[in-house]
Amino acid sequence: MEFAELIKTPRVDNVVLHRPFYPAVEGTLCLTGHHLILSSRQDNTEELWLLHSNIDAIDKRFVGPLGTIIIKCKDFRIIQLDIPGMEECLNIASSIEALSTLDSITLMYPFFYRPMFEVIEDGWHSFLPEQEFELYSSATSEWRLSYVNKEFAVCPSYPPIVIVPKSIDDEALRKVATFRHGGRFPVLSYYHKKNGMVIMRSGQPLTGTNGRRCKEDEKLINATLRAGKRGYIIDTRSLNVAQQARAKGGGFEQEAHYPQWRRIHKSIERYHILQESLIKLVEACNDQTHNMDRWLSKLEASNWLTHIKEILTTACLAAQCIDREGASILIHGTEGTDSTLQVTSLAQIILEPRSRTIRGFEALIEREWLQAGHPFQQRCAQSAYCNSKQKWESPVFLLFLDCVWQILRQFPCSFEFNENFLIMLFEHAYASQFGTFLGNNESERYFPTLEQILQVSG
Amino acid sequence: MEHIRTTKVEQVKLLDRFSTSNKSLTGTLYLTATHLLFIDSHQKETWILHHHIALVEKLALTTSGCPLVIQCKNFRIVHFIVPRERDCHDIYNSLLQLSKQAKYEDLYAFSYNPKQNDSERLRGWQLIDLAEEYKRMGVPNSNWQLSDANREYKICETYPRELYVPRIASKPIIVGSSKFRSKGRFPVLSYYHEHKEAAICRCSQPLSGFSARCLEDEHLLQAISKANPVNRYMYVMDTRPKHRMQSWWATQKDIGRIIVRISSKIWNDEKIRESDEKKRLNAMANRAAGKGYENEDNYSNIRFQFVGIENIHVMRSSLQKLLEVNGTKGLSVSDFYSGLESSGWLRHIKAVMDAAIFLAKAITVESASVLVHCSDGWDRTSQVCSLGSLLLDSYYRTIKGFMVLIEKDWISFGHKFSERCGHLDGDPKEVSPVFTQFLECVWHLTEQFPQAFEFNEAFLVQIHEHIHSCQFGNFLGNCQKEREELKLKEKTYSLWPFLLDDQKKYLNPLYTSKSPKFTVLEPNTVSFNFKFWRNMYHQFDRTLHPRQSVFNIITNMNEQNKQLEKDIKDLESKIKQCKNKPTDGILTKELIHSVHPESPTLKTSLCFKEQTLLPVNHALRTIEGSNPADNRYSEYAEEFSKSEPGVVSLEYGVARMTC
Repeated sequence: MEFAELIKTPRVDNVVLHRPFYPAVEGTLCLTGHHLILSSRQDNTEELWLLHSNIDAIDKRFVGPLGTIIIKCKDFRIIQLDIPGMEECLNIASSIEALSTLDSITLMYPFFYRPMFEVIEDGWHSFLPEQEFELYSSATSEWRLSYVNKEFAVCPSYPPIVIVPKSIDDEALRKVATFRHGGRFPVLSYYHKKNGMVIMRSGQPLTGTNGRRCKEDEKLINATLRAGKRGYIIDTRSLNVAQQARAKGGGFEQEAHYPQWRRIHKSIERYHILQESLIKLVEACNDQTHNMDRWLSKLEASNWLTHIKEILTTACLAAQCIDREGASILIHGTEGTDSTLQVTSLAQIILEPRSRTIRGFEALIEREWLQAGHPFQQRCAQSAYCNSKQKWESPVFLLFLDCVWQILRQFPCSFEFNENFLIMLFEHAYASQFGTFLGNNESERYFPTLEQILQVSG
Repeated sequence: MEHIRTTKVEQVKLLDRFSTSNKSLTGTLYLTATHLLFIDSHQKETWILHHHIALVEKLALTTSGCPLVIQCKNFRIVHFIVPRERDCHDIYNSLLQLSKQAKYEDLYAFSYNPKQNDSERLRGWQLIDLAEEYKRMGVPNSNWQLSDANREYKICETYPRELYVPRIASKPIIVGSSKFRSKGRFPVLSYYHEHKEAAICRCSQPLSGFSARCLEDEHLLQAISKANPVNRYMYVMDTRPKHRMQSWWATQKDIGRIIVRISSKIWNDEKIRESDEKKRLNAMANRAAGKGYENEDNYSNIRFQFVGIENIHVMRSSLQKLLEVNGTKGLSVSDFYSGLESSGWLRHIKAVMDAAIFLAKAITVESASVLVHCSDGWDRTSQVCSLGSLLLDSYYRTIKGFMVLIEKDWISFGHKFSERCGHLDGDPKEVSPVFTQFLECVWHLTEQFPQAFEFNEAFLVQIHEHIHSCQFGNFLGNCQKEREELKLKEKTYSLWPFLLDDQKKYLNPLYTSKSPKFTVLEPNTVSFNFKFWRNMYHQFDRTLHPRQSVFNIITNMNEQNKQLEKDIKDLESKIKQCKNKPTDGILTKELIHSVHPESPTLKTSLCFKEQTLLPVNHALRTIEGSNPADNRYSEYAEEFSKSEPGVVSLEYGVARMTC
């Protein structure tokens, strides 16, 4: 497909742009395959370069021959274009609509982007699991690298290389994978050097209604416990939700089969509940009435901060288990790709000073989000202005960044980076010239030839 | 002391207010003439000044003892468990007596002795000189003069002796106007903007039910508008909500009409404002009066503005609700926000702020003079005038200037501190957090303009502490006349010199002092700029505070830099000396080298992590004999100065969540 087919009017003059924090600018509007560009052709005014993939929703309005397009972006910006001529306006609007909803991943901008700067580092190979493992292997010999998922056959959403207990062979891992949701068998997420305790993560066990069990699974997670020690399983779902999951073949670890583990249920929301929360929050923020009561009640009704608090409390609980109680933990929800990752990554930020540096934070995102198979493509398909209400769209990653920001607010001297770094990551997760956040997991990123594409960190 | 029956109780438990585990400290409770003191097993002392106690409650006996809950005006809440009920009862009764004094002479200030002699005490009182302040503003001048009308408090008991009025306002006019205004509080100058030649004036409401016109009052308003050579139009700002004003409007309307009548004779050639402006005003007048309004063509040189700040009773219950919500253990996020909303507190804060912004804009944009009033002109009027001046004049954003502002707009103009703070056992309906709201508005400004203020949050909290402490004479009494009768300047001490001595604690390290005098602050009052002021309302709930203070780090860094700069200078002068003696060439080299060992300290101090803070409290001085509770900021500093653990531990209080 050629982009040109979608662009009926590539250029319109005398378009007026209104955007927040800038004075209105009149200039020429151009559409390219990936960008909407507005330039006044004067040196002193900044040009607008907007990625089509950043566009969340558009509205059209007409007053006489003057058309107005209101563009709502995934980064929450709202910009307005006043376009003279009804036909031009309609053409532009339909082009934007088509170009911002391309579904083929290989048509995305990262495949066309040529950096203007010198690439100083191959971002794709900056944070390899092998290097991560080396950091642990000096402290412990109880873990090993497993290549069992080399072909993505055992677990499609896992990376080719994972860290597992040394005493468990690949054959056992294959068996455990059949017992865990999405094949996500328990793997090492974090090793606390101070006392040797670990955070593991997985998908839910597929116990079903008849209480199926898997000896290898029990053996695997027990292998991580020291003699006489007990561990904690943190289920990010409430007990009720976990019980209901049994009807669909899922479930949770029965005490009888996992006597050395204590299970704790928390309730972190997922999916569209979070998306609706974000929509309400952004709506409250954009409310221009300046009415205090309305703002507070809208903020409350959005429940956004309730979600933040729940995630943070769970992460604090996990960190306390590790550091204070000296107990290892296994964390999972249903799939183990959303709330699980929020908790494991936040717990590491609380526990590990290295993850509070720029490089350490990048490594954390690479490890706990990208390689761990958080489906960015699905979750970040739309943002706060969409009406599509797809179940898989959800601001899980944004919530994580917000939680980090909350910790940053309380410990302003413990982070190498500031909030701009977090905002930048948010923007790139939703629309970017870099390929880092494309795809839903490592296997999807692997099959299209993405090697040429750069890391955000590049 | 006749009220104290038990001076010491052992084995008393102090419960932690927010801890989820029922942690408690065991220690000994002492009752002194001025303080309640609790010393726990770690020898940590908690001092509570009797005057700070707002409420003592004895709860039902439990198995572990008798619970005693004390709520303080500085938002401390302590929960003791006294093992024997008899002891608890004795303490309860003593505290009831001690916290509510009947006479001014029994307040702490009259017995407090910081070991100063009389001349030091007098110098302390002379530190803030309001005559000097009016001179700084640029009055008296050709339009404004000092009036001696109230020299003997004959016209208005609650005003100060020295008042500034328009030069053309004669004494009979002033006297006549004062009879028309509630409590005799006629329009006088509060702030003069030298650059715009516009004035902020203040007064009380015209006497309601007074249907006849008062020519003198009209003349006085007339004189105020004439005293502004730039813009003859002036605003009359009524800070009360419109719906409470309908009865009052009728009288005010007359004044407006009459003034217009007079003025139209004088300024016949004056241009009449655009018709849409008139329509807007007219609509407002109609709404307020509930009926039409005649003479609209003439009604153009006074503009009425309502800003809708609620009265003291609304504010009192609003704060009460706010504290109730935030005192809840295990508060959920949605309960916090719905409680915050239903308390209305931030809405009231925003209303005060919006009013001050309107005032500042009228002066800067239109160069118009503004007359501010509420009912009696000592609560909302003080809030709006002082906050407006603070927006306009950067002097009031310095430590000294802020003291002057409080002395001028609050103390001298008769904000009833003793009644509003409940210093004496009086009418609880007169108590209201009006001044606290002012401090909170200032805090919101410091949050939006972190570089504009010389002082920090601790300064505001400390002032709040002392309006209730009755330790210094400044805030005792309800007006200047009363203060003179109490002979406060002879019997008590002024707070300001003590704060100035301690100013290191209160300096804002981000302050840029170079801004010109009339740098106007234009705060944004979008709702989400208003936050719950945790460090005020939870100042004693240590678990709810952030664990690291950026301010302390910057302060320490600045101090280190200063030290290093001094070292450089010293070394440079040494080099010069050595160069004068050419034979010592080798020594010079060594000296240059000796500079280097200093630089790594600087580097580490700029580094973001694992920085051990210099304990700030070394630099702080404790006032001898002062209220030990004053020292809590240095306690925080101690807490911050502990080296950071590898794990950041989080206990989530909802109040700390920010959006």
